[in-house]
Amino acid sequence: MIELDAKIPDGPIDSKWRTWLDSHGLVGPRNRPSRSVIVIGTGLAGASCAASLGAQGFKVKSFCFQDTPRRAHSIAAQGGINAAKDYANEGDSIQRLFYDTIKGGDFRSREANVWRLAELSANIIDQAVAQGVPFNREYGGSLATRSFGGVLVQRTFYARGQTGQQLLLGAYSALERQVKVGNVEVFSRHEMLDVVMVDGQARGVIIRNLETGAIERFAADAVVLASGGYTNVYYLSTNAMGSNVTATWRAHKRGALFANPCYTQIHPTCIPQSGDYQSKLTLMSESLRNDGRVWVPRKPNEDRPPSEIPDAERFYFLEERYPSFGNLAPRDIASRAAKHVCDDGLGVGGTGRGVYLDFRDAIAEQGRDAIAGKYGNLFDMYERITGDHPYETPMMIYPAPHYAMGGLWVDYELQTTLEGLFAIGEANFSDHGANRLGASALMQALADGYFIAPHTVTNYLAGDLEPASTEDSAFDRIQDDVEEHLQRLIDVDGTTVAQEFHREMGLVMLDKCGMSRDADGLREAIAELRRIRADFWSDVRVDPGVAELNQSLEYANRVSDFLELGELMCFDALRREESCGGHFREEHQTDDGEALRDDDDFAKVTAWDYRGEEDEPVPYDEGLAFENVQLATRSYK
Amino acid sequence: MNFTLEIWRQFDREAGGEFETHKVTGIDPESSFLEMLDLLNAKLGRERKRQVAFESDCREGICGTCSLVIDGYPQGPKQVTACQIYMRDFVDGATIKVEPFRNNSFPVVRDLVVDRSALDRVIQAGGYISTTTGPQPDPNSMPISPAVQKEAFDAAICIGCGACVAACPNGSAMLFTGAKVKHLNLLPQGQPERETRAVNMVEQMDAEGFGGCTNYGECARVCPQEISLDVIGMLNREYRRGQLAEKPADRAPMTTQ
Ligand SMILES: Cc1cc2nc3c(=O)[nH]c(=O)nc-3n(C[C@H](O)[C@H](O)[C@H](O)COP(=O)(O)OP(=O)(O)OC[C@H]3O[C@@H](n4cnc5c(N)ncnc54)[C@H](O)[C@@H]3O)c2cc1C
Ligand code: FES
Repeated sequence: MIELDAKIPDGPIDSKWRTWLDSHGLVGPRNRPSRSVIVIGTGLAGASCAASLGAQGFKVKSFCFQDTPRRAHSIAAQGGINAAKDYANEGDSIQRLFYDTIKGGDFRSREANVWRLAELSANIIDQAVAQGVPFNREYGGSLATRSFGGVLVQRTFYARGQTGQQLLLGAYSALERQVKVGNVEVFSRHEMLDVVMVDGQARGVIIRNLETGAIERFAADAVVLASGGYTNVYYLSTNAMGSNVTATWRAHKRGALFANPCYTQIHPTCIPQSGDYQSKLTLMSESLRNDGRVWVPRKPNEDRPPSEIPDAERFYFLEERYPSFGNLAPRDIASRAAKHVCDDGLGVGGTGRGVYLDFRDAIAEQGRDAIAGKYGNLFDMYERITGDHPYETPMMIYPAPHYAMGGLWVDYELQTTLEGLFAIGEANFSDHGANRLGASALMQALADGYFIAPHTVTNYLAGDLEPASTEDSAFDRIQDDVEEHLQRLIDVDGTTVAQEFHREMGLVMLDKCGMSRDADGLREAIAELRRIRADFWSDVRVDPGVAELNQSLEYANRVSDFLELGELMCFDALRREESCGGHFREEHQTDDGEALRDDDDFAKVTAWDYRGEEDEPVPYDEGLAFENVQLATRSYK
Repeated sequence: MNFTLEIWRQFDREAGGEFETHKVTGIDPESSFLEMLDLLNAKLGRERKRQVAFESDCREGICGTCSLVIDGYPQGPKQVTACQIYMRDFVDGATIKVEPFRNNSFPVVRDLVVDRSALDRVIQAGGYISTTTGPQPDPNSMPISPAVQKEAFDAAICIGCGACVAACPNGSAMLFTGAKVKHLNLLPQGQPERETRAVNMVEQMDAEGFGGCTNYGECARVCPQEISLDVIGMLNREYRRGQLAEKPADRAPMTTQ
């Protein structure tokens, strides 16, 4: 029996983090160089964490699979980052950001974590500006803000449509500075394939050097996973091609519990799919819903171009259904609404799976230049991909898999159920409950990386730790396992590349464990995934050669983990007999089609224990106590 | 659509390389160039032949991972990244030449994959503001006019893809370095290190073997982010300014900063 102790400090919610900080263990400056930390990932979470630990004086080894840390998936984030600074003088506060996040997550996240996130949000902006991140400014020179979905205030800071890029370059520059100082060593093109536990503590990792193919061992006093989310389990998603679950999945197989895997976010505003050859989907930032209006023609099979359809014949379905939030309804709700109108035959575009996002009125009111100033690069990107000009004709959009709220279970200190193994950023499950609000992922990744993990890891390092060594026999064992798995992939010697299995499993996941789910479909999905897994292991084609650069091996190795994860997601979705946030069970809905929660039975986190490839995983629950908010039906009407 | 591809194949850093010809058929005009290469690899897989190594990640023009020379143009003929090239941009039946970036400072690792880590080392030499994590002043205590923000931003958007280097007959990295120097040296936060930043970064650029700038302007013509040649002018001015300023005495290295 595993006890899930979240280790939440006592006391009122607004002083918990302070209390924790005031009493945590410290390592003196002279001892820090003898303590080492491995950080997997150089996205916002990993880069900020490695740079901060390095600046404190610890010895850090930082890894990423890209050719340089600056290319981590975080680079692609567009719209913005939230912070409770109330620059717009709207009465915003930590309390409000806290409440919006809890409510946005459909009351399925931990209060204490979310409060801390809201509390740290303002520091992140200050930190980024000090690094030279060029956020947009108002005429007087102060920082500009805008609105994102699910909230009624303007607390989102942005750097045109490239906020993630600018924030990541800030964190990357801090990281490179620590490389120069000598406290951080960066290993690009190095992929972690397993974590090594010695006497119950995470003491290192097994890494494949992606250029030479060499399998290498690294030891340290603690390991931090900042390896991002797993949305590519759907194959087509807004995530980068390389985003994958391997680091967290391998840790899961070594005993780290995986929490709420079924909570995934399907983002409402993406460029619709155009054909089978497609390898990824492109997001159009949610910020566009500040000024764009979402609609479909009222008449099915409408064949007039959008500009010729008069207002009375347009169905502004978000504005009609959710008058107070309108086009800024939260993502899960906006996505389902788009799916429903398309299911009803009102969808537009070649496949009938699209809705309009129209800037006509905003351009008329504010002028073309003002709109270009806010969204120019997004409009250009859209035009590049589709050949249409959003200044002249509405964009066409459709929901696409985007973000994983689920991830490794962590306590308040962001430590997983494996001692000495921490998980931060999108890789953990912590703060977003069953649905993440826009502009909150960057906030969480950076809160974890700059301000939380550097302290909680220090606290861990302050404990009694034997020096770590790659000579330990545990490294032999795990390295053998890793090598065997890779060889097994090559030995299949089939004729179908991994991408085709990935595509096939993605269709199953999207159809049966995507925007809506039901028990029969989920059981079918599990059976189908098992069949695809069997096919994969009998016909996957991987170029021979472990000890060389081998992208087909990298890809097949990742897909082998996605296939297993997909099953776990379905088990989790089956067990959660309620609808909440992004998890919509057809069996559990209100009369007007909204999500119907079951707080009596499911106000809890479910964390799964791995039991082997052929055995069913075992769930453990962490009850969620709501002491500072009242559980309420989430309404955006 | 059908195409003939002439693709550079090279086993590793040490091996020599050569062009290999492949046919791809039935390509959807809306598919991207990299999706076309995916299809080629699927075909090679079916034939149990070694797949072509090429890099990509975001496939939407922001990460800077993709790095192909297409028909002689770094990142292709459209002044966008290779991942943003679509097959509709080519004539049906065309022969297309695909090569890795060519530059002495970017060794070929395999096929179309190169090593651009020299650019990271240029950043390590000074492409940052030396601040550490901790309490910082409120940003509004240091107002920045939207005009300055815009100028800094237009340089800060560099994606570090290295197309500028690959396009330059001298193999110069001045556009890349200039963009970072301009971004940081324009902002108030960047002032304390203004005198040393350009000098340190240029010295590292030279150490990496990048060439000098003789105003060909090819870099700006291929830059997918449309970074302007002005950044090179600014780099030159900042470099001279830095050289004139007295070099501060070497500080003792600190372990904790
Ligand atoms: C298109 C898009 C737009 C977005 N826009 C916004 C937005 O406007 N606002 C917002 O708040 N959020 C946004 N998000 C979400 C947000 O970008 C991500 O949640 C966040 O960046 C995740 O950061 P991370 O550091 O956790 O992980 P990532 O940035 O995904 O980084 C993962 C890192 O781990 C490394 N890695 C992974 N596995 C391994 C391994 N096995 N071995 C070694 N290294 C490994 C990778 O190399 C990489 O460096 C957006 C997401 C997308 C897809
Ligand atoms: S793959 Fe990211 S820029 Fe081309």
